[in-house]
Amino acid sequence: MTATTQERPTFDPAVLGPALVDALRKLDPRTMVRNPVMFVVEVGALLTTIVWFAQAVGSPLEGTGDDPAWFTFTVALWLWLTVVFGNLAEALAEGRGKAQAATLRAMRSTTTAIMLDGTEKPAQDLRPGDVVAVEAGQAIPGDGTVIEGIASVDESAITGESAPVIREAGGDRSAVTGGTRVLSDRIVVEITQEPGSSFIDRMIALVEGASRRKTPNEVALGILLAALTLIFLVVVVTLRPIADFAGTNISTATLIALLVALIPTTIGALLSAIGIAGMDRLVRRNVLALSGRAVEASGDVDVLLLDKTGTITLGNRQAASFHPMPGVTEQELAEAAQLASLADETPEGRSIVVLAKGFGIRERELAGHEAEFVPFTAQTRMSGVDVDGHRLRKGAGDAIETWVREEGGTTPPQLREELDRIGREGGTPLAVARDSQVLGVIYLKDVIKDGMRERFDQLRSMGIRTVMVTGDNQLTAAKIAEESGVDDFLAEATPERKLALIAEQQEQGRLVAMTGDGTNDAPALAQADVGVAMNTGTQAAREAGNMVDLDSNPTKLIEIVEVGKQLLITRGALTTFSIANDIAKYFAILPAIFAATYAAAGETTGPLDALNIMGLGTPQSAIISAIIFNAIVIPLLVPLALRGVQYKPSGATALLRRNLLVYGLGGIVAPFVGIKLIDLVVHNLLGA
Amino acid sequence: MNVTGWLQIGVFVAVLTALTPVLGRYLQRVFDGEAMFLAPVERVTYRLLGTDPDREQDWKGYARTVLIFSALFLGALYLILRTQGIHPFNPEDLTSPTWDLSFNTAVSFLTNTNWQFYAGETTMTYFSQMAGLAVQNFVSAAVGMAVAAAVIRGFARREAGVIGNFWVDFTRTTLYVLLPLCILGALFLVAQGLIQNLDPYTGVTTLTGGEQTLAQGPVASQAIIKHLGTNGGGFFNVNAAMPFENSTTLTNFVLMLAILAIPAALTNTFGRMVGSQRQGWAIYTAMLVWFVAAVAIVYVAESDSTAAMQAAGLSGGNMEGKDVRFGIGSSSLFAAVTTVASCGAVNAAMESLTGLGGAVPLANMMTGEVIFGGVGSGLYGMLLFVLLAVFLAGLMVGRTPEYLGKKIGPREIKLVVIGTLFVPLIVLVLTALAIGTKWGAPSIYNGGPQGFAETLYAYTSQANNNGSAFAGYTGYLQPNGTNVGAYGITFADVMGGLSMLFGRFVPMLAALAVAGAMAGKRVAPPGPGTMRTDTGTFVALLVGAVALVALLTFVPALLLGPIAQGLTDQLF
Repeated sequence: MTATTQERPTFDPAVLGPALVDALRKLDPRTMVRNPVMFVVEVGALLTTIVWFAQAVGSPLEGTGDDPAWFTFTVALWLWLTVVFGNLAEALAEGRGKAQAATLRAMRSTTTAIMLDGTEKPAQDLRPGDVVAVEAGQAIPGDGTVIEGIASVDESAITGESAPVIREAGGDRSAVTGGTRVLSDRIVVEITQEPGSSFIDRMIALVEGASRRKTPNEVALGILLAALTLIFLVVVVTLRPIADFAGTNISTATLIALLVALIPTTIGALLSAIGIAGMDRLVRRNVLALSGRAVEASGDVDVLLLDKTGTITLGNRQAASFHPMPGVTEQELAEAAQLASLADETPEGRSIVVLAKGFGIRERELAGHEAEFVPFTAQTRMSGVDVDGHRLRKGAGDAIETWVREEGGTTPPQLREELDRIGREGGTPLAVARDSQVLGVIYLKDVIKDGMRERFDQLRSMGIRTVMVTGDNQLTAAKIAEESGVDDFLAEATPERKLALIAEQQEQGRLVAMTGDGTNDAPALAQADVGVAMNTGTQAAREAGNMVDLDSNPTKLIEIVEVGKQLLITRGALTTFSIANDIAKYFAILPAIFAATYAAAGETTGPLDALNIMGLGTPQSAIISAIIFNAIVIPLLVPLALRGVQYKPSGATALLRRNLLVYGLGGIVAPFVGIKLIDLVVHNLLGA
Repeated sequence: MNVTGWLQIGVFVAVLTALTPVLGRYLQRVFDGEAMFLAPVERVTYRLLGTDPDREQDWKGYARTVLIFSALFLGALYLILRTQGIHPFNPEDLTSPTWDLSFNTAVSFLTNTNWQFYAGETTMTYFSQMAGLAVQNFVSAAVGMAVAAAVIRGFARREAGVIGNFWVDFTRTTLYVLLPLCILGALFLVAQGLIQNLDPYTGVTTLTGGEQTLAQGPVASQAIIKHLGTNGGGFFNVNAAMPFENSTTLTNFVLMLAILAIPAALTNTFGRMVGSQRQGWAIYTAMLVWFVAAVAIVYVAESDSTAAMQAAGLSGGNMEGKDVRFGIGSSSLFAAVTTVASCGAVNAAMESLTGLGGAVPLANMMTGEVIFGGVGSGLYGMLLFVLLAVFLAGLMVGRTPEYLGKKIGPREIKLVVIGTLFVPLIVLVLTALAIGTKWGAPSIYNGGPQGFAETLYAYTSQANNNGSAFAGYTGYLQPNGTNVGAYGITFADVMGGLSMLFGRFVPMLAALAVAGAMAGKRVAPPGPGTMRTDTGTFVALLVGAVALVALLTFVPALLLGPIAQGLTDQLF
């Protein structure tokens, strides 16, 4: 869990108020009909209300039974409450995103774009291909790519991170988001978004739940729930003539109560809340899923492609030790290495300076010396400094070898040995030379993040293979793979090889997830089933992926998988619970309805009264208790639906057994206890 | 209850289990198209049918062939029945049954139901029995197995478009499974004393000096297929309780075994064809658990007197409607066997079972006949429940539900729902119509819970293609003991006929469509994250899913019928 995760209370008063209003607004049948289960409850509630009204005004409708008016009223009331509770669950889930959406909207509305030629244009009219200039203090008018300049940008509005970030033309940090603010300098941005479909637009739609399309699993579950509702409708409708044959007249209110008790209202009411909450859980981890489908797919993932750098290892290699050549002291080597690294602002360079300090070498002032720095270039593959007539260089082993030879020196055989040894151990060697003499080798080490091995073990037990992707050579990659505990690795990775690996895994029927940021990651991100683009990345990468991580933290892929699984488990668990509840509801309602059926002459109860194993007070209190349980179980389960069921990463067999026990068996037992308790109150205290 | 009774149940289960992998392997060879001993006959058949045995069909083509084929046979059987007066082999000069009864009967035998509103010996000529009913016994069984073969292929294949050739599956099933087993079986039954002749009925004088007519006929050849093909339609009215149709304890045992042999073996065939026998055994175990529980409940219920029996002064076990040759143990076992399978042959009167004892056969049928079930139809029906169980629980392991590495999507669930819930729906609707309207009333013989149970049983049995009956329910009245002057009860005949047609073909088409969808899917390799479907947990889950989904629908009906009957101390 990252620091950005904040658990709000489920019934946050700030959210609850508007949610209640929303819940009532959602009673509109045109809205309700989209959820067949709850729509049936609403129709039932309406019918019961009509029946009650007729009873209350003293002219009961024919064929609706001879219930006392208070009973019909109580049933109607609780049916309405059932519908409202269901709507409330959805409204609560949506409400959590609404506040965030409001902030985003405020940000979007007020920007004016200044085109490159100086003319102004409203931000909402920008089209892909437009080029705008943005100065310090101005908001960036739309999503785009920096094509000129470098600037620090405040992206806190979307990421919540207050430290400004650098955006520059070229490279992997060229994407800018509309609505963020340039703090310094000036950049020229080429707009890439269509009007109205900017990143912020999509974000607003997502957090509000407006653009939510049902995922395949939701659709399938919806079909099953609708079918169960239909069959129970038939059960209840056909019960009337069957009961008539047995000489038992069942009132309309009772039949409707039975129907509502039997249809899967619990899951029907919570289904959409579960989906919205799943998205919300990702949003709170600063991940934007661009579709619900992607969230579910992340639960199905079989293979995780993880970039070595930044995910498995800390972003930077650290200098670990100095290995001098024969005739050179360690002190001498450290000193030269430090001098050569003084102007090297890379983390590696700095770590060399830090390591050298350990040898008692103070950081020296080069002022006063005649020093000229030689920067690193891709051609020379080394950097260094010319100082006091000496030429110090550090760089890749073979680059230094070549340089020394060109300077007229020779390389000792120990150099090669040392370079190879460090490579084998998974380190990166840097050779250091002074003029024509090789002084020795610096051992740069990849530092594996804490707890990665445990993470990978956990993933393995969940059935997910991890593959480390790195540009390192085979030897180094193998060593780091072994140290970190990943299942497999792809060394000397290029975007093409990465794409090929994904395609190959998918060919075998596996679902692949990966993270990426660069433009050259875009094809792989698009190919992967779950592609998480880093927010710092290029626009191309952000378009190709189906999720964007605002924190740009590649380790988060693992959390995303867990959220996906938790979402599916929550849905399955509540479905099982909902259906298992029916057993107890039958035991409550049916003996109540048929208590007097086939009673012998002179007796008030017939054979089926023996099935009142819960010992419920009266038929009426039994039916009311069942319907109350059915209603209040919805708000009771709202926290579970919004938070997701407890998920401990483990294998499928263990998960299934545990969840079957908790939600299957629990679903059978819980309503027996609940209905009995409610009956004690309703019958014994209230006298029903 | 006694040790012998339990022992017989134990031996039956043991023999059935031992037979399953043997017959399962053989059926796999038949379905896989291996060259077998009648290859020349096969080739000639294909040439006559004009089919290229190597050209396979997609699910739609397969389904279309099954439907056209069935329609033709339905028409043929109806014509045979309606014209039976002019056919040969009619020593008793029987006339044709009425149109409504003929419709009900023709549909009944077409759909492997063998619901009989008539009494065989007073209604059907030998020609109708042999050329009409017996032929359909083979055909309906072979169709069921052929469809099962196609459905299995759908589950087994990867990214495939076709699921087999109906003509090949039908021909090979008939040629290599049903005919050889029935020839052997019929010879065995004749050796055990079953009759096989075309004689007129024989008049005899009983020991007490009364006159009795003994019906005759080609019984043995019909008796074996009616069990092996889970048809169940008796040659005689009292079915396997008649000594000419079920002569000894040994024939009784073999005939029970014949009912479950193929449905049980098909689970193993399924396992072999999808590449893991454990998958087959898991399904078998789920079926067996249910079956053993069913037998035990019936046996316990029948072995003791009910409150109503005690009120009437009776004690001890319930022997009403049972043959003393078989006793309570064997009759209970038979009642469970014939109703878990969609057979419907009986060796005791189902209507005379105690309340609880009668609830079990009803519940068995209400599962949609998936506990072993009909030959072929049991397996493909159960596979739909497997998908349902996988879907319900699969979500709980945090992945999109998958079976055999294939993901279950909205399309599959839609089809599964149609295949599993449509039949309960028509049972409920027709039962309500029959019990609540004046048209249904003439069929009901008893009053009270038993009268309702008769109706419920009739539509449950017909819609699920079982064919056994609570015999009080009537669709055909025979005022003179012959069919002269008899009339059909049109409502019962037509509603029953329609329920059988839809009950057979809707789940069958759903299963074929599922197979078509499954065949095209890609297979994900199993890992620790995938839900296993060959473990004890899954078996429990599958049994639970069948119980919850199939039975929850019928709880109110069962309460008002057999359960009220079992709990009451009154007589109705």
